[in-house]
Amino acid sequence: MALIELDDVRRTFTVRAKAGRLRREKREVRAVDGLTFTVEAGECVGYIGPNGAGKSTTIKMLTGILVPTAGRLRVAGVDPARERVALARRIGVVFGQRTTLWWDLPLRDSYELARRLYRIPDHRYRANLDRCVELLDLGALLDTPVRQLSLGQRMRGDLAAALLHDPRVLYLDEPTIGLDVVSKAKVRDFLREVNRDLGTTVLLTTHDLTDIEQLCDRVMVIDHGRVVHDGGLEALHAAGDSERTLVVDLAGSHPPIEVPGARVVRVEGPRQWLAFPSQESAAPVVAAVAARYPLVDLSVREPAIEDVIARMYAEVAIG
Amino acid sequence: MADQAVVTRAPLPAVTRESPAARVAWAVRSWWLAAAMWTRAIMSYRASFVMMLCANVVVTFLDFVVVILMFRHTDTLGGWTLPELGFLYGTSALALGLANLFVGSVDALGERIRTGTLDIMLVRPAPALAQLCAERFSLRRLGRPAQAAAVLLWSLTALDVHWTWDRVLLLPVLVVCGTLIFAAVFIGFASLQFWWGEAKEIQNSFTYGGATVLQYPPTVFAKELVAGTVFGIPLAFVNWLPALRILDRPDPLGLPTAFQYASPLAAALALAVAGLAWRAGLRAYRGAGG
Ligand SMILES: Nc1ncnc2c1ncn2[C@@H]1O[C@H](COP(=O)(O)OP(=O)(O)OP(=O)(O)O)[C@@H](O)[C@H]1O
Ligand SMILES: [Mg+2]
Repeated sequence: MALIELDDVRRTFTVRAKAGRLRREKREVRAVDGLTFTVEAGECVGYIGPNGAGKSTTIKMLTGILVPTAGRLRVAGVDPARERVALARRIGVVFGQRTTLWWDLPLRDSYELARRLYRIPDHRYRANLDRCVELLDLGALLDTPVRQLSLGQRMRGDLAAALLHDPRVLYLDEPTIGLDVVSKAKVRDFLREVNRDLGTTVLLTTHDLTDIEQLCDRVMVIDHGRVVHDGGLEALHAAGDSERTLVVDLAGSHPPIEVPGARVVRVEGPRQWLAFPSQESAAPVVAAVAARYPLVDLSVREPAIEDVIARMYAEVAIG
Repeated sequence: MADQAVVTRAPLPAVTRESPAARVAWAVRSWWLAAAMWTRAIMSYRASFVMMLCANVVVTFLDFVVVILMFRHTDTLGGWTLPELGFLYGTSALALGLANLFVGSVDALGERIRTGTLDIMLVRPAPALAQLCAERFSLRRLGRPAQAAAVLLWSLTALDVHWTWDRVLLLPVLVVCGTLIFAAVFIGFASLQFWWGEAKEIQNSFTYGGATVLQYPPTVFAKELVAGTVFGIPLAFVNWLPALRILDRPDPLGLPTAFQYASPLAAALALAVAGLAWRAGLRAYRGAGG
């Protein structure tokens, strides 16, 4: 039996918007619009999509915070909204934008409370805390009040708090938001360990494609509350890698550059944008341009997550 | 690797429908755990804690002084003497104070929704209502019930009550049921904030406002208002109706004597309605932000 099962799950919000001076109009927002998918134990799933796609709404339904408008939902054999307290013992949740830790108390106190609330057996608690402290480098922070921690330190503290009770599933809503490169790397290393060594199922949303590339073996792209892609990372690569952009500055305006292996997608005075397949090296293109045009400066742009996703939609729409 | 992963895990906790008694016990324990955390968190600002405690004691002390001052110009109010008023004041303030101590924080629900704190509570394995009621719990809230208890004790020594067994029994029943009724009013009206953010003001007028009304004899108010506290929001069962029995006073509405013993029933009904409102609110909850 799959660990997470969704069958045609929907969630709508009724919003009242001003229409004219006094009139207020009711409008239905379909935040999640017919999701059907399953996640097996041990998977690590990247759940991505543009702003407002319905990612957080999905996670809130999977944790029992929100009641779905329609459809069937099961997590670890439990209907989340109906048996929220029972479910809470089987899942871990991390919201990148807010913390479960107690602001004015030392980090350790939040963990002690978790031990009691989750009724964690002593030996499990000690083993899990020791492992988290070691992997997340929390030793020096345990006795610091949470309000004195940096964002990155607090996020590591939150990750530990979500895992002390041996959850079967770990949901992460933008766990790397606002973190610097070093902190992001620490968080990713830890999550990889949790997924690979403990077999914890992970579902994570992010706007950072690197998170997905380094952690996930499956990626789901959603938009307007529907799944538009579900599969391995190859599709992400195929769509994402299909084109990189070479930006060149020439000495003065020129007609669109003509070189083999690249095509001009945009011209703005002396600056031109050339798209080329990203499995190809940039070197021959650069060489060809430099040989025939007065090249002043250049840079290569990797595709952003939004571009990748946009291209995926295009393919879904066509195919 | 896979084998090892199995070994290092605790067994999956069973999902069993817990009995209602077990659920209530767990809610109380959750409240207790959260309140202990808040007490320590607030103690970490020791200086401001002591200052607030002092301010609280002074303000609550002045509260009853106002009643005493009124009696310098008159012997009775609505036909009731000062010790009798002390009895009403003590019982009403004690019930409200205890309810406020245990569940008063529920009135910040709207703010908890806006800041996303409620979402955090909902992913913990403890009833959200218990966590919410314990939010920002502080021992300084003991000030009010302590002062009320003092006034009540004084009134009992000053009064000349003919203590029959039913009157003796009514006194603790009155305090417990009064607390439960106020708790129900706190929770029931706070639940409205799931739909309507500004509902806090209505709630305040029924809890703090209601408690002030109950400090005066029912005879000084219009019959319609008194009837409203019997058949509408059941505040009359907090102290008015049982006080008529204990102090041996006639009922201004002329209701059957059974009403004077009916506080437990009223408390149970009020709690049931409040519980339903809370559950409906949780189902209608839309989440923070978005
Ligand atoms: N409480 C709410 N009331 C009204 N509309 C809401 C509410 N919560 C979410 N929505 C709407 O539902 C849609 C999905 O929102 P959701 O927060 O799930 O998006 P998301 O994929 O998490 O986006 P982001 O990447 O910005 O976090 C949006 O259109 C949002 O405006
Ligand atoms: Mg979101």
